[in-house]
Amino acid sequence: MSAVFEQIFQVGFLAAIIRIATPLALATLGEMFSERAGVLNLGIEGIMLLCAMTGFTATSLSGSLWLGVLTAVLTGMLMGALHALFTVALGLSQHVCGIGVTLFSSGLAYFLYRLIFGQQSVPPSIKGFQTVPIPILSDIPVLGPAVFNQFALVYVAIIAIPLAAFVLYRTPWGLSVRMVGENPRAADSAGVSVIATRFQAVILGGALMGLAGAFLSMAQFNAFTFGVVSGRGWVAIALVVFGRWDPWRSAGAALLFAFVDALQLRMQASGLGHIPYEAFLMLPFIFTIVAMAVMSRNAVAPSALLKPFRREER
Amino acid sequence: MPTPGPLIEMRGITKSFGAVKANEAVDLSVAPGEILGLLGENGAGKTTLMNVLFGAYAPDAGEILIQGQKVRITSSADALAAGIGMVHQHFHLAPRLTVLENLLIGIPGKSGRLDRAGGLARLAEISRQHGLTLDPDLPVSALSVGEQQRLEIVKALFRGAKLLILDEPTAVLAPREVDGLFSALRSMAAQGLGIIFISHKLNEVRALTHRCTVLRLGRVAGRVDDPANTTSAEMAQLMCGHEIVPPARGPSTPGAAVLTLDGISTSKHSGTVLRDVSLAVRAGEILGIAGVSGNGQRALAEVISGVRAPDAGQMTIAGQKVSRFSPREVQALGLGRIPEDRMTTGLVTNLPLADSMVLPRIGTAAFSAKGLLKPDAIRAFAEEQIKAYDIRCPGPMTRAGALSGGNLQKALLARELAFDPKVLIVSQPTRGLDIGAARFIHEKFLDMRAKGCGIIVIGEDLEELLVLCDRIAVMYEGRIVGTLDSADATIARLGLLMTGAEGHS
Ligand SMILES: Nc1ncnc2c1ncn2[C@@H]1O[C@H](COP(=O)(O)OP(=O)(O)OP(=O)(O)O)[C@@H](O)[C@H]1O
Ligand SMILES: [Mg+2]
Repeated sequence: MSAVFEQIFQVGFLAAIIRIATPLALATLGEMFSERAGVLNLGIEGIMLLCAMTGFTATSLSGSLWLGVLTAVLTGMLMGALHALFTVALGLSQHVCGIGVTLFSSGLAYFLYRLIFGQQSVPPSIKGFQTVPIPILSDIPVLGPAVFNQFALVYVAIIAIPLAAFVLYRTPWGLSVRMVGENPRAADSAGVSVIATRFQAVILGGALMGLAGAFLSMAQFNAFTFGVVSGRGWVAIALVVFGRWDPWRSAGAALLFAFVDALQLRMQASGLGHIPYEAFLMLPFIFTIVAMAVMSRNAVAPSALLKPFRREER
Repeated sequence: MPTPGPLIEMRGITKSFGAVKANEAVDLSVAPGEILGLLGENGAGKTTLMNVLFGAYAPDAGEILIQGQKVRITSSADALAAGIGMVHQHFHLAPRLTVLENLLIGIPGKSGRLDRAGGLARLAEISRQHGLTLDPDLPVSALSVGEQQRLEIVKALFRGAKLLILDEPTAVLAPREVDGLFSALRSMAAQGLGIIFISHKLNEVRALTHRCTVLRLGRVAGRVDDPANTTSAEMAQLMCGHEIVPPARGPSTPGAAVLTLDGISTSKHSGTVLRDVSLAVRAGEILGIAGVSGNGQRALAEVISGVRAPDAGQMTIAGQKVSRFSPREVQALGLGRIPEDRMTTGLVTNLPLADSMVLPRIGTAAFSAKGLLKPDAIRAFAEEQIKAYDIRCPGPMTRAGALSGGNLQKALLARELAFDPKVLIVSQPTRGLDIGAARFIHEKFLDMRAKGCGIIVIGEDLEELLVLCDRIAVMYEGRIVGTLDSADATIARLGLLMTGAEGHS
């Protein structure tokens, strides 16, 4: 057992946690913005998959990684706009539309991928993002190489967390987002456009989900497979609740989940081979369920979550 | 007061909701420094007219002028920009955000950030000018109803409102809070603000306003130029089109106790707990429960209606001991209730009115058989009640939430009285109701009393309790601190008991 613990505090292990946490944190922040404005986006799983695909394809065709990221982000924003069109502008059920968006985006991702790349015996791959050490910071012992010798997109995520908190809590737009998620009528009577604010929040959320998708196919796996997202979107939805709709807590939740996931990977690899590996795979999900059950009891969702806004209704 | 041109003028405003003409060719004007009363029965169209002025509803016809200039107001943002602020009947606040955040919403920031410092300074200035103090960092959920209203007023002033609309602001206030509100409003008017004040309490209107416009069925029924020297009866006549005589409570001969509480105490919940409450209501008697709200009235109502089980003590209804404290049990024993909050615990606002009206009895043979509902019976029952109680609505299948406050209250009353309860418990029975509707409800209570029903009325309006009740018990900090025969009770004595000044008796 002590061998396992030794491995935990290795640089490689810490770096793995950061890498697993990055797409989760980005996706969780995206979902959080959307929900803070009162819109549940169950399209997240499909949006991440589609963005992973478009980002990968753009890079594969153009050779430019950042063009790929841009493509993924724009795809995410477009799908966010689509979800907002149904749920915000038309006021349709957020559950139904979200699942619809996931099914549609996943189908579209498969279809376009086959259309562009055809059936290949060896799936195409790209030269993805490489680790970039940050001068000085990466020299800090243990923490330096683990956190500051990472993919560029990891740094984007690290900056995104305080930025999200700043936007949400310190800017007029962030206040509008929180207000339309709590009491849209109050926002409306204060001259804030509920529809526009919700659209913006869901689209921003889509952009972050796009970044998460891009990370998976362009930094983590450097290829697109249909299992590239494999439930991370659903996990993000749980992490938003776990993180109580707060950027810092949500990022913390993503880190915690990544820790359990990385641990589980190590345990699979390290001599505990007589236990079937599926048992380890379950670990992070069991953790999520237990953590959710404990934490979400006193978590309070935005009051207007799931509620469409129509002005002349009382 | 100087009389320059009007600050705001509405001309020929018409607004329909489907077949309902909520406003028809309504003219209204307010001068700077003037407090205008807007009167009318429930459903007369007061709120609708104000929502049009505030940009929440688009009128079908008519125009709005501000200082003589024609303006188009198509959203609340336009209204705010034009200097119109509104305090809604149901507050527009986000409970989990702080006072300051609720003030800063919709205000452009300073170099991209929320202007907290500027907001704090402005709040302090407004507080000082009109005596409206608020703690900026408290979440709104921690404020009392009176403070929330103060926040709504400050919110309007914060944006530089020149005209302030208040939709039934006093319906939610205790008498002492009303005085504070009035002095703030007078101070604002003295500074040249125009104010539109909506209320069903005519003595308030007479004390506060300079002029009144009266609506009836969506049209202007008349104007009152000198409210202070006009009697309430004259105003009521304008509102309803006929005279309103206060009901006379004849002597009663109470029978046996139909509801008794013996040493009831509660604990472990938010709000004021009950401490050793004992009381009895006899058949054919109306017992009032007076008290400043928040002194245990809610817990008392919840225990009696079986929503909350007490930790100690016993309760009987019609001589039978209540053992399990469930709404179903107390209802089966003969209790009817009309809760305080009509919207959330009274009727289901998203269901058709007819369904809401039978909800407590949905499982009885009258409305269902073999596990299936009888839609025709439900509809017929609702139609009958709508006629009997003059509930104004397009029909039994209307969404309950679309009814005006007075009509909702009538629907609830109809629902409970139709099943001849032995005991009836009501909270704030006429809050937000016009005098005609209040009168109607008082009459129904007196009818029930004559038929031998025991009625408990929980309320803050002492005048109403004195007119209606045979005895009045006063609650303070979860206890009954005194019970007076209404013949011996005066507002002064009750007021003293309500503050806990006079000890137990
Ligand atoms: N959003 C709406 N949808 C449908 N009907 C409505 C709506 N708002 C108001 N009405 C109808 O318009 C009429 C006027 O309602 P309004 O709320 O303006 O009355 P009010 O004078 O404010 O009454 P109260 O004193 O009870 O507040 C009523 O018949 C009401 O049912
Ligand atoms: Mg109204």
